[in-house]
Amino acid sequence: MTATSTAPAVRTPSTPTRRRTAGRWFSELGWRHVVGVLFVVYAAFPIVYVLSASVAESGTLTGSNQLFDSFSTENYARLADTVYWSWFANSVLIAVATSIGTVLMGAAAAYAFSRFRFTGRRVGLTTLLILQMFPQMLAFVAIFLLLISLGEVVPALGLNSRVALICVYLGGALGVNTFLMYGFFNTIPRELDEAAKIDGATHAQTYWTIILRLVTPILAVVALLSIIATFGEFVIARVLLQSEANWTLAVGLYSWVSSLLEANWGLFAAGAVISTIPILVLFLFLQKYIVGGLTAGSVKG
Amino acid sequence: MTDLQQTRTASDEAPGDAPAPPDSTRRRRLGRRDESPAGRYGAGFLAKLALMAVANAFGVYVLWSAWLAESWIILGAMLVMLAVANWVYFSRRTVPLKYVLPGLIFLFTFQIFTIGYTGWVAFTNYGDGHNSTKDDAVAALLIQNERRVEGSPALPLTVVADGEELGFAVVQPDGTATVGDAEAPLSAVDATVAEGRITAVDGWEVLDRAEVLARQGEVTDLRVPVSDDPGAGSVRTQDARTGYVYESTLVYDEAADTMTDTTTGTVYTPNDEGQFEAADGSTLNVGWRVFVGFDNFTTAFSDSRYSGPFLQVVVWTFVFAFASVATTFLLGMFLATVFNTPMRGRKIYRTLLILPYAIPGFVAPLLWSGLLNRSFGFVNQVLLGGAAVPWLTDPWLAKLSIIGVNLWLGFPYMFLICTGALQSLPTDVLEAAKIDGAGRLRTWRSVVMPLLLVSTTPLLISSFAFNFNNFALIYMLTGGGPRFEDASVPLGHTDIMITMVYSVAGLDGNAPKDFGLASALSIVIFVIIATISAIAFKRTRSLEEIN
Repeated sequence: MTATSTAPAVRTPSTPTRRRTAGRWFSELGWRHVVGVLFVVYAAFPIVYVLSASVAESGTLTGSNQLFDSFSTENYARLADTVYWSWFANSVLIAVATSIGTVLMGAAAAYAFSRFRFTGRRVGLTTLLILQMFPQMLAFVAIFLLLISLGEVVPALGLNSRVALICVYLGGALGVNTFLMYGFFNTIPRELDEAAKIDGATHAQTYWTIILRLVTPILAVVALLSIIATFGEFVIARVLLQSEANWTLAVGLYSWVSSLLEANWGLFAAGAVISTIPILVLFLFLQKYIVGGLTAGSVKG
Repeated sequence: MTDLQQTRTASDEAPGDAPAPPDSTRRRRLGRRDESPAGRYGAGFLAKLALMAVANAFGVYVLWSAWLAESWIILGAMLVMLAVANWVYFSRRTVPLKYVLPGLIFLFTFQIFTIGYTGWVAFTNYGDGHNSTKDDAVAALLIQNERRVEGSPALPLTVVADGEELGFAVVQPDGTATVGDAEAPLSAVDATVAEGRITAVDGWEVLDRAEVLARQGEVTDLRVPVSDDPGAGSVRTQDARTGYVYESTLVYDEAADTMTDTTTGTVYTPNDEGQFEAADGSTLNVGWRVFVGFDNFTTAFSDSRYSGPFLQVVVWTFVFAFASVATTFLLGMFLATVFNTPMRGRKIYRTLLILPYAIPGFVAPLLWSGLLNRSFGFVNQVLLGGAAVPWLTDPWLAKLSIIGVNLWLGFPYMFLICTGALQSLPTDVLEAAKIDGAGRLRTWRSVVMPLLLVSTTPLLISSFAFNFNNFALIYMLTGGGPRFEDASVPLGHTDIMITMVYSVAGLDGNAPKDFGLASALSIVIFVIIATISAIAFKRTRSLEEIN
């Protein structure tokens, strides 16, 4: 959001007179406000609706149609009588663990690919690029079958285990994020490493004390993207987690909506609002990083 | 050439020849195993040692469990991983691998292996009725068809328990006391026998009447094998006091590889589909996995039951993915252009516009499924004043709704990346266009648009691939429905290929499990995505060259 200075170059009117009439203002800027308001309404109305539904007294789908007609926190209080908070804890735990693992493993791999030259480096990078194209979820049948076999040996890595789910998510860590990080690592001048080496630092010291500090922005981006992706992941969680207490929010809320949609709408709305908060907060506060990360992948040229 | 030189530099980096750094910096990099051993035992080395000890302990535990469970593949894989890990972290020549290995292990186990496994399952008939190996199928058939042996003696029986595990203690007709459970066949033990019945036995606790009643179901289900040979039958009981020997009505002849039904005399021989088949074509209900070649693939595309719906699903998948990318990109690009001018409140607009993107991916479709509900939804009741538009239940409207909901979900992402790309456009090119006298529209069409496309095309391709497999949206919004009326398979008008895989695999219990066919379909998706990505990336490169 910083490099806005380029835009006026195109838009500045070429006429030397600076007179700004209302019509001129509208054709330059005003219509942009109209578009803005229109689409903000479009983007925000479902969110306003779910907020209103979550505080509606009746808790049914029909009763939620009058926006902010009534106010009661009963829906939120009722969540405590359900498994909701276990789901919430599961989701947060799984997302954070996956995110930490992803950052540690992805950054280490990106460092190796960026700083060392070894046989198989080119092949490795190409393989990662290709693997990036195949979402892990495509193989969910095989993952399900694999965990059946693994579970017979190590129950903690079998079906219905949260640890196993984290491991499965980590399997996708290298493929998705290493490239993003690799590009960023390459922008850190090698001279820094060399200076450190001359000063007697080992490769591990260079990595932990110099490089990692300089690439913090991309680490934040990858951690965030990973948390957001894991928090919202549905297929694999649904296939692997079987008992209700182990479910994540995605699986749990789906089961509410699919089974008792109309009567329990208020409960769902309250649950949806609460599950949105962590991601929304992360997003709004760290928007700058996220936008930077997304475009870092795109504008590499 | 440069690679060669670089290799040398990398190996020179082995820390043996580097002087030891001061203690203060060493302490800061606790907690990772990348430190190389060099005869110095600093905090880093100790941390590595500790981590490797944990890894090795876990590895040995897995090896041991795999040995007990007789899972030879897991045993072998774990052995290889353990050996590689120890070699990598205790050798000086493997510096790059020290950094890549942890990720690599997860990548291999949970991604590369599963892709390979999908390929293997696709060529088998793995699924309901073909769940395991032939040996398991034979054992299951023998157990399922057990009947009480006519005229066999009544055996005085006592129900015993070892922890949670139930067992039977039985006095044989010749007077020997034996005990066994579901896993271990009956074997002779030292036991106290009173009035022809066992009252106490070493290592087992005798259950009293009340405890037996509490676990009645388990007791009547329990079968204790008479010996290691599954054909020899088992002891079962109905009343927890008398046991009878049950023997299977099927006899498996290992040499001839046939099953014979002793009551009817029918002989079943194994067929190509992994089942025992009699001369009249009837089969036994438990089969095993066999390779079926390309059967799963041909079933999907030529079997009349499947091919009709499958073709519709494939077409809709492409339409959906393409329409999703196109609509979201156009709207996102439009908004990004609109807000690329300094104006009051721009930051607020931008923040509010990306709100849908900040909503977790599962909340949005669920929320919209309520909004679009036919009888009670907000859209019908409030926005359309009580209309009853079947948004999610009419084949065409459901498709439209899905694209509409995905537009809401997806445009903020495109808005973000287009904003980023617009901001990084080179100023000189834009100025040059202005100097050459290009108008706003002309600049947009000939300069901005091509540059924008170059930088966003890779993301558009990934967006296409993502939507191609947008399981959560479809599954949560319509569940693939409305169902095809004429089809025998549980598929519907809005099913895309990935939800079709889910239905066919039968993991939700609505259809018989068919892992083979589901995997074959996954492979088809793999191939489609690979082809599209390859073509698209090639096109992108040529685009870049033009510029």
